[in-house]
Amino acid sequence: MEYLREHPDRVWELTVEHVQVVAVSVGIAILLGVPLGILVTRWRRLEGPVIGAAGMLYTVPSLALFGILIPYTGLGRDTVIVALVLYSLLAIVRNTVAGLDGILPATLDAARGVGMGGGQRLVMVELPLALPVILAGIRLATVAAVGIATIAAAVGVDGLGRLIFDGMRRLDTDRIVAGALVASVLALAADWGLARLGDLLRRDLRRSVGRG
Amino acid sequence: MIALEHVSKAFPGRGPEVRAVDDVSIAVGAGELVVLIGPSGSGKTTTMRMINRLETPTEGRITVNGRDVRDLNEVDLRRGIGYVIQQGGLFPHFTVADNVAVVPRLLGWSRQKRRARAHELLALVGLPPERFADRYPRQLSGGQQQRVGVARALAADPPIVLMDEPFGAVDPITRKGLQKELRRIQAEVQKTIVFVTHDIAEAFLLGDRIVLMADGRVVQDATPADLLRNPADPFVTAFIGEDRGLRGLQFTTLEELAEPAPGAATPGAMVLSGALSILDAGRELGRHGANGRHGTANGFWVADAGGNPTGYVSFQRFAATLGETVGASDADPGSADGGHGGVPA
Repeated sequence: MEYLREHPDRVWELTVEHVQVVAVSVGIAILLGVPLGILVTRWRRLEGPVIGAAGMLYTVPSLALFGILIPYTGLGRDTVIVALVLYSLLAIVRNTVAGLDGILPATLDAARGVGMGGGQRLVMVELPLALPVILAGIRLATVAAVGIATIAAAVGVDGLGRLIFDGMRRLDTDRIVAGALVASVLALAADWGLARLGDLLRRDLRRSVGRG
Repeated sequence: MIALEHVSKAFPGRGPEVRAVDDVSIAVGAGELVVLIGPSGSGKTTTMRMINRLETPTEGRITVNGRDVRDLNEVDLRRGIGYVIQQGGLFPHFTVADNVAVVPRLLGWSRQKRRARAHELLALVGLPPERFADRYPRQLSGGQQQRVGVARALAADPPIVLMDEPFGAVDPITRKGLQKELRRIQAEVQKTIVFVTHDIAEAFLLGDRIVLMADGRVVQDATPADLLRNPADPFVTAFIGEDRGLRGLQFTTLEELAEPAPGAATPGAMVLSGALSILDAGRELGRHGANGRHGTANGFWVADAGGNPTGYVSFQRFAATLGETVGASDADPGSADGGHGGVPA
């Protein structure tokens, strides 16, 4: 705890870096994963390969994945972001598919029957109804990414992992604890914050999508 | 208004091709309520869904107002045709008012106009808008959801409405109420309705015409009364059920039974409206008979729509008809005269 008290600026700086990396990664993963999930529900033959590939990527140890990526993306942020995007895809794609599959067939039939086009069905009916499940996937991905991002220090990227790696090198337990503690708090905060955001969005979407 | 000409629909499957609908031709006139009925797998729902292109026929032609539906944009076509499905198929994240106004919204009506229209329709289907407009579907009972479903179908005032077992998921008492409501609404709005059901009582109650289907084909296409009087084959008889006779009494009117009046009605003689069904007339006679008012009469006069006694039915003829009809389903014609209305034979 001493390190936290003595170097609040440094810890804050690293926390901001950490949050940035996670936010950018999860953001990209959402932009890729949600459309990919939608695509899978339209062309079912994609489901096996897409979910399978995402699942396999998820099992690759993070340090190994960084190592594999370095020749292509170099030492630095790019490598970390690509890796975190790949890890986040599984939860987001899978939950997008589950959320869309969970909509009652009668609701979809009604959407077609009243004369909604494909895009209108997606925006007015399917995504709003799948949103709680998609958001649960995003939460899962974010919490995992906060943890995995600590390894980023291994490829020279600043973040809370820097404290842990430095602490390990100097046998300075205080630093390790500081990094781990802040990372844990960050993960919990992200989890809680996204849950609240979900509640808000759901209420809001209901209003805006309903009344247009 | 709607015409299906030699329409077939085959679903691709393993093995031999399965024809869900096989060479079906049906014409539905403007303002007519046609019921498609049959056992599950008879193709009735598929037939209906081809009208608004939720299914595509593999053969044949479907026209709406003389235009081939294939030539119409499917989204525009559906916005012009009301659509009601079981349990309403309401959008759970829309309020009741937004559900009702969804087609007007797709058509680009202003928010204000949509709201006003939604309120108007909720009132029409018996849901006071001030209480129901801002609720969500999950806060409604099954019957109320069905009403919202009907209101939604009527929102953009489409000339045609398709209803796919709309009252199938509610309890029998609620269903009876909804059926009566639909009759009242239909009398008011005069839509061209294609109504799919497997409930024969519902078909008789609602249909101007009943199209009975089995194995993808039309077995019989007739008015309710004709279906009862002249079932095309044993399948029809079996489907209509054992109490066909009693239903027949409900659908034959005195007008159809009456012979030309032998002369002017004797003063004080009994005159019944020609619009009465035989069953209702039997009840009526029973009441009069109990009051000892038949006296020595041999029959009664039947009045036309203007109230003039233009026809005559002898008690003998009346009883014979009763016996014949009830006897058709009941092996013991002897029970016919006394049992179903207290007719003095």
